[in-house]
Amino acid sequence: MPGFTETFGLALQLIFSGSRDLVEIVMLSLQVSISAVLLGCLVGLPLGAWLVVGKFPGRTLLQVLINAFMGLPPVVIGLVVYLALSHSGPFGVLDLLYSATAMVIAQMLLVTPLVAALARQHLDDLYLEYRNLFASLNLSSWQIARALLWDARYSLLTVSLAGFGRAIAEVGAVMIVGGNINHLTRVMTTTIALETSKGDLGLALALGIILISLSVTVNAAVMGLRSSARRLAYA
Amino acid sequence: MPEISIQQSPVPLLQVSGLSLSVGERTLINDIDCVLKKGCRTVVLGPNGAGKSIFLRLLCGLMEPDVGSILWQGQAINSAVRRCLAMVFQHPVLLRRSVAANLNFALGNAGLGAVARRQRVAEGLHLARLQALASQPARLLSGGEQQRLALARALITRPTVLLLDEPTASLDPASVQAVEAIIESAHSQGIKIIFVTHDVGQVRRLADEVLFIHRGTITEQTSVAQFLSSPGSQVASDYLAGRLVL
Repeated sequence: MPGFTETFGLALQLIFSGSRDLVEIVMLSLQVSISAVLLGCLVGLPLGAWLVVGKFPGRTLLQVLINAFMGLPPVVIGLVVYLALSHSGPFGVLDLLYSATAMVIAQMLLVTPLVAALARQHLDDLYLEYRNLFASLNLSSWQIARALLWDARYSLLTVSLAGFGRAIAEVGAVMIVGGNINHLTRVMTTTIALETSKGDLGLALALGIILISLSVTVNAAVMGLRSSARRLAYA
Repeated sequence: MPEISIQQSPVPLLQVSGLSLSVGERTLINDIDCVLKKGCRTVVLGPNGAGKSIFLRLLCGLMEPDVGSILWQGQAINSAVRRCLAMVFQHPVLLRRSVAANLNFALGNAGLGAVARRQRVAEGLHLARLQALASQPARLLSGGEQQRLALARALITRPTVLLLDEPTASLDPASVQAVEAIIESAHSQGIKIIFVTHDVGQVRRLADEVLFIHRGTITEQTSVAQFLSSPGSQVASDYLAGRLVL
């Protein structure tokens, strides 16, 4: 087995050579995770706002459930999506199992409760600050939710970033519903798991470095944006 | 300052009957009855903790009383009436948006077209004298500018009643003057002004009628001149003399 320095050198060589396989895996990972986060935000952000301004029976129970779902193990989500999409499952006719779409669905289910729960916390704080103004302007719940979502936009960017972090780093769910098929559903995390088990540590480490770099870059960009927004008192 | 006799304003705009509010064992508002008429500017006075701000919030519909009623020209207050009320708080609540966007936000319920909204926003900017800062973040304005913006935001909704909860507390004299000018301008357009203050000078400058509240109850409703020259209770005398009222 090669030493750390040798493996690290190999990993850098793979990264800088622009290996087609590597690029394909990275692009598919980004495509799946970004799609999942966008869809998760599309559902999770309004859901978080609805939990703040909505008045309906069972609201507290729903909050508890969403909070609990934040910590759901990815393999459980993967199993549920697998059962739903398998030929004997309710959505088997769609023939989505072992496709990138199935991976997006699984990651979206992972991300949505996290986005909804974190958004609710941010929006709740903002609502406390704004509630007198909203009440004095006699606004509807819909108008209040829209205003909260817009005014918390920079905080919600951090929330979506947390969702992206959960999606891009997860391996269990995409492994189950995607099957880790070469050139079709192989993403960074599943490749790292596979290549490590095969002993091909160079590729695994290259993907690990890319994964960490992506995470740092996205975090830095969002932090920069938030800090500019804070300077302008918009965050 | 024009002295408006309360008796000369015959139309009761707001009629408050048997209004009470308690939190736990503590009675905050205790069986308040009063009539608030169009035209005159009403100041709600009283020592700290007397229930002035809560009374204002009840009038605005921000809080619900335990018992009692508030009638708007003889009718129960509904959402249409609530749109005729605007309130400005001691600490202005400004959205994380530009000055112009804060004004525009208040028009969400006004049912106006884009052109009319732009006109109202321009009117608000002019009223608050913030034209040059229209695109600046509202929360970076000075305290006085923020309060002017909050006032203009309330006024461009064309309210019939403007409720102000200590609008000039902790402002410098120049800002107080600017805010008072906006309040005066609103009054001259026929908007009923009801405000809370601790500044007796401001009472002289801005008010026609005094509601004096002590321990959640209105102990006196009279003209400013009458109240300042011969207050009707020992508590009011002590308050005016600057003595501590518990």
